[in-house]
Amino acid sequence: MAKLTFVGGVHTYDGKELSKDKPIQDVLPKGELVYPLSQHIGAPAKAIVKKGDRVLAGQKIAEGGGFVSANIYASVSGIVKAIEPRRVVTGDLVTSIVVENDCLYESTEFYPVAPIDKLSREEIIDIIREAGIVGMGGAGFPTHVKLSPQKPEEIDYIIANCAECEPYLTSDYRRMLEEPEKLIGGLKIILSLFENAQGILAVEDNKPDCITLLRQLTKDEPGITVKALKTKYPQGGERQLIYATTGRKINSGKLPADAGCIVNNVDTMVAVYRAVAEGRPLMERIVTVTGDAVAEPRNFRVRIGTSYQELLEEAGGFREQPEKIICGGPMMGFGMFDLNVPTTKTSTALLALTRDEVSAFEPGPCINCGRCVEACPERLIPSRLADYAGRFDEENFKKNSGMECCECGCCSYICPAKRPLTQQIKSMRRLQLAKKKGEGRS
Amino acid sequence: MSRLFQVSSNPHIRSKVTTNGIMLAVIVALMPSVGFGIYNFGLRALAVVLVTVASTVLTEALFGLYSRKQTITDLSAVVTGLLLAMNLPVTIPLWMAALGGVFAILIVKMLFGGLGQNFVNPALAARCFLLISFPSQMTSFACDAYTGATPLAALKAGEQVNVLDMIIGRTAGTIGETSVIALIVGACFLILLGVIDLRVPGSYLVTFVLFMGLFGGHGFDPAYLTAQLSGGGLMLGAFFMATDYVTRPITIKGQYVFGVFLGIMTGIFRAFGPGAEGVSYAILLGNLLVPLIEKLTKPVAFGCEKGGKRHE
Repeated sequence: MAKLTFVGGVHTYDGKELSKDKPIQDVLPKGELVYPLSQHIGAPAKAIVKKGDRVLAGQKIAEGGGFVSANIYASVSGIVKAIEPRRVVTGDLVTSIVVENDCLYESTEFYPVAPIDKLSREEIIDIIREAGIVGMGGAGFPTHVKLSPQKPEEIDYIIANCAECEPYLTSDYRRMLEEPEKLIGGLKIILSLFENAQGILAVEDNKPDCITLLRQLTKDEPGITVKALKTKYPQGGERQLIYATTGRKINSGKLPADAGCIVNNVDTMVAVYRAVAEGRPLMERIVTVTGDAVAEPRNFRVRIGTSYQELLEEAGGFREQPEKIICGGPMMGFGMFDLNVPTTKTSTALLALTRDEVSAFEPGPCINCGRCVEACPERLIPSRLADYAGRFDEENFKKNSGMECCECGCCSYICPAKRPLTQQIKSMRRLQLAKKKGEGRS
Repeated sequence: MSRLFQVSSNPHIRSKVTTNGIMLAVIVALMPSVGFGIYNFGLRALAVVLVTVASTVLTEALFGLYSRKQTITDLSAVVTGLLLAMNLPVTIPLWMAALGGVFAILIVKMLFGGLGQNFVNPALAARCFLLISFPSQMTSFACDAYTGATPLAALKAGEQVNVLDMIIGRTAGTIGETSVIALIVGACFLILLGVIDLRVPGSYLVTFVLFMGLFGGHGFDPAYLTAQLSGGGLMLGAFFMATDYVTRPITIKGQYVFGVFLGIMTGIFRAFGPGAEGVSYAILLGNLLVPLIEKLTKPVAFGCEKGGKRHE
């Protein structure tokens, strides 16, 4: 069978060997935990605790501020020390609940609302909403919103995004190997919401052990297929994944639901399973701590809110002085200037590299080589779009589909002149999006 | 933690391919042809090569002094110099070769904005400039090694040519164009490294063969077509000049269109034109059409295929 894939993309050094064989390890945080009220797309949550309150792990401390928002739960027991603006990975100051950990790890009790087969569609979505689950692959879109499309009967595929195409990341891989039944359980719960839907577990073929394992576990599930995808970045990009698995195409103006698809990341599916089957809210996730500057790369089960500094110490600290620290993968992650920021629902990895490839090169003139055109999964001409962006030529930028860019980073990665193509296009795109939003408001 | 780390927008990693690396690869890929040219035509060929390269690099360096931005380290001037030398007859007066180098770099490249901004291939433009300015010196291929005409001219005159000699390169011609084998070795090196691909050369050569088969007057005679393919700088043009990044379309479809156009134009020049050759002019004409080709072959963004409109 031909490999499932898309046109474009790049093959990077994947770095996964650093941490792929390290089993998931629990980390008990020692210091304070910080819960930013905005760690999802949509309205910030509203704190429902106040300074001085004692909270337990699993206790709701902030409530969603609207339909597109998400609840936040404490992940340790302790005293609320402050509700104040704190730095997050992006460098922004976000109002956060700070909990002084008492290191007792006392927890509320978790029990499922009812057996899964007794729950109605609305009840399941409500449990997912209540548990504060958001897209944990990085986007942070509230999952209950994603699972409430206008026409649920028109959803044909529920795709579990197990591609993990970002270099260095192994958290999804470990999750699939160690807790595959929870992933499949989560997928089955979501499938039960959509009468006409088929389940797809989409895994890149650089994880053959996962593919074999998942195939074995789903061999008696006629509604679920495991699809092996060609290993290529950005195979796990939503539009690329939908195309590779179903042949359907969406653009920036469409939602996956418009193509009859819903895509969820591995960790999100597991969170759905734990919420519905075990009654546990979202308060932990898997984070890969890796990179050539890290002493002992590891995969950690992290209580959300733990500082990155603690994760690094848990991984033995730095082996060598790093030049660059990234939250997430090297292609789409955020550059970090400091490690004293909290992990959130969308933290996939902490990556410390001894070489800063961005500042190692001076950008040169474009030689029109066309590598960016070949690499662009959205079939754009990145070098020209970057020129338009640099000249602030909004008209040509939009006319040449600049808004279709998915910011995957392939063009900047591949450019021999080391031009900051993605960065220029991204700035222009963000500006246009902000402008559009502003117009809608006035 | 006292030290703050550098931040930057994603992506945070870069591939190993660099502009210098690409230029160096092209220089290496040209070495078999340069070497064969020297073997075939003697040490004077080496002198021509050194003079043109020195002239292109010096011109760029002087321009760099004037514009306060030194760019010779990107090695593109060396590539231009080498390509120009490959396109010159061994007997050319050295001052003419040097003048060609100055024209290529100063007029065609730097005055239009330097690397990446020239709209025609500098080496080819310089060759045509010399060809128009000094037609007799540029078309005199008689040297110590060869006295006769180039194989293509002989072919045009209806004479028999030795195809094997043409493939090996033991014929009259410009310094770098004669040996098909040496050129193919260099081209394979570039293809294996991923510096060039077969889109332009492939569509160029296939179109050319079809055109000559249909309109060349000899039908699909293998010997005739092989001679046409091997002669007159077609291989040099197809693999080293038409694939020049700056002056070929950036769109993938456009590269095929470009190749087909070059094939047809070269065919027209060779079959119906007064001269035996036509590769240089075909490529220059193609270069001029690149903006138009790019406009017509602009890719439709993924998922926007129907009518090219964004779904709102």
